[in-house]
Amino acid sequence: MKKNNLGTGAGFVLILVWCLLPVAWIISLSFKSPEETAAGSPQFLPKDATLQNYRDILDNPDFLDALRNSFGIALIATFLSVVFATLAAYAIARLEFRGKRAVLSLALAIAMFPVVALVGPLFDMWRTFGLFNTWPGLIIPYMSFTLPLAIWTLAAFFREIPWELEQAAQVDGATSWQAFRKVIVPLAAPGVFTAAILTFFFAWNEFVLAISLTSTTGSRTVPAQLSYFVGPDPFNPPYGQLATASVVVTVPIIIIVLIFQRKIVAGLTSGAVKG
Amino acid sequence: MSTSVAPAAAQEPRRPGKLGKAPATARSVSENRLGLRLVAPAVILMLLVTAWPMIQALYLSMFRYRLTAPDDKEFVGIGNYTTILGDSLFWQDTFNTVLIMVITVAVELVIGFAFAMVMHRIIFARGLMRTSILIPYGIITVVSAFAWQFTFSINNGWVNSWFEWLPWIGPDTNWFGDHWPAMFAIMVSEIWKTTPFMSLLLLAGLSQVSEDMLEAAKVDGATWWQRLFKVILPNMRAAIMVAVLFRALDAFRIFDNIFVMTRGAQDTESSSFLTYRQVIEQLQLGLGSALSVLLFLSVLLLAWLIVKLFRVDLAQARGEG
Repeated sequence: MKKNNLGTGAGFVLILVWCLLPVAWIISLSFKSPEETAAGSPQFLPKDATLQNYRDILDNPDFLDALRNSFGIALIATFLSVVFATLAAYAIARLEFRGKRAVLSLALAIAMFPVVALVGPLFDMWRTFGLFNTWPGLIIPYMSFTLPLAIWTLAAFFREIPWELEQAAQVDGATSWQAFRKVIVPLAAPGVFTAAILTFFFAWNEFVLAISLTSTTGSRTVPAQLSYFVGPDPFNPPYGQLATASVVVTVPIIIIVLIFQRKIVAGLTSGAVKG
Repeated sequence: MSTSVAPAAAQEPRRPGKLGKAPATARSVSENRLGLRLVAPAVILMLLVTAWPMIQALYLSMFRYRLTAPDDKEFVGIGNYTTILGDSLFWQDTFNTVLIMVITVAVELVIGFAFAMVMHRIIFARGLMRTSILIPYGIITVVSAFAWQFTFSINNGWVNSWFEWLPWIGPDTNWFGDHWPAMFAIMVSEIWKTTPFMSLLLLAGLSQVSEDMLEAAKVDGATWWQRLFKVILPNMRAAIMVAVLFRALDAFRIFDNIFVMTRGAQDTESSSFLTYRQVIEQLQLGLGSALSVLLFLSVLLLAWLIVKLFRVDLAQARGEG
């Protein structure tokens, strides 16, 4: 028994190191001065910690544009995707209709779809429709690719909701709106919220479409902008600034994870193991 | 909207008989119609961005069509496909992709399972553990690629100085100067980023293994390894297969890490990267579309192989059977 606890404790430390070391590394890099990284600085911690990189990056209009695009596109895609997924998941969890299995299979197929295979045709189509290098040009495909995950997560949650409670409330004299508002919404909200978080992560992370369907900072998102962030000397990338930008865009993720960790884990595993 | 429907639906039997058709009552007809209406927007959106462009790609793939010379569009039949399949670069990239997929998924399965075991057992600091495991999952892949690129960097990385005691690593080891070290670095980034996802899926499967059965095996004198291989793993089969299926298909699409870390230098290009390069950089829409179709077919084949090979019943695994 004692040996087991030791093993678990060691495993715990190992997991923390594994997960957090690279994050600690970019944070440390972000505090190294440009002179230090230009000269080559293989030690882990900065010699003289400086905020220079943060000042530079928050003054960089391209980066700020990318941040604005990322937030805008990810939030709009998340909102719309979750609305459509909620309708579909409600039908799947609660109603009997023909083609229910076909919808689930379609969602599964799209979750596995190689996104890059769409780059060519979408690039061509979007140029024709004037959607190339616009927010909707990214929002539309992001919605399509997050719908499967959102539908599964929500359908799994909705199956667990005791819907009889709604009738019980009506029997007790609540109007149907009250029953829906006071009983069903609070029960369904956590699921909807979880689906929204997972969807947001996807849209915030997406890279292939972001570099293929945009061409200027008018709609380029953070991952795409970061990959173009070369600086004046192509043979010496601005390590510090790249690391700083990385830290800045990771902060929202860390905040979301800190607040909603339980929900995210539940959402990630709900669809996958049992319905 | 749901308010008016919910009571009506709740009075309906959930499944009107496993076999045979339900009688077409007015209510079941209207339920059917409502169901279709509710899923329609999602289904249309999903098809709009996948099925339609895919048909477009099928059509374009039969032309020699370069955006820089749109007037030279010319029907070539399966010419693009024969060009691709006869090109060694295509096979090199396919080999790289399959290699990355097999190695990363295998390593992630082992590490992810170890993580799941620790998370399953641990009784303290569960919140801290969950938070740290979710950070790699949530972090942008491009950021992960940069973090690992800097880790392996010859000027600014710590790998060379920390692991100098290994015979094949010195202060001048250039990880991105050769094929295998570069592939190694790419795989490390991929594994770091996606192991948490794997471990969470496995943890969910692990928590469904009955404690009683484990206790019984222990009483019967089964060793730790026997319990692992005879009780725990067989009972987690569904969870393992779902995790492998999802991760394998995801790894097959690898793009971000390669784009950031090597841009395909040192022959580290993947199938996705090749497709991207043909379409976006070379503007070869015909050839690129043919590559897209081939990529789509390989993913289908791969999914089919995994499902057949491991007999994954997704419906059952998802509790929809």
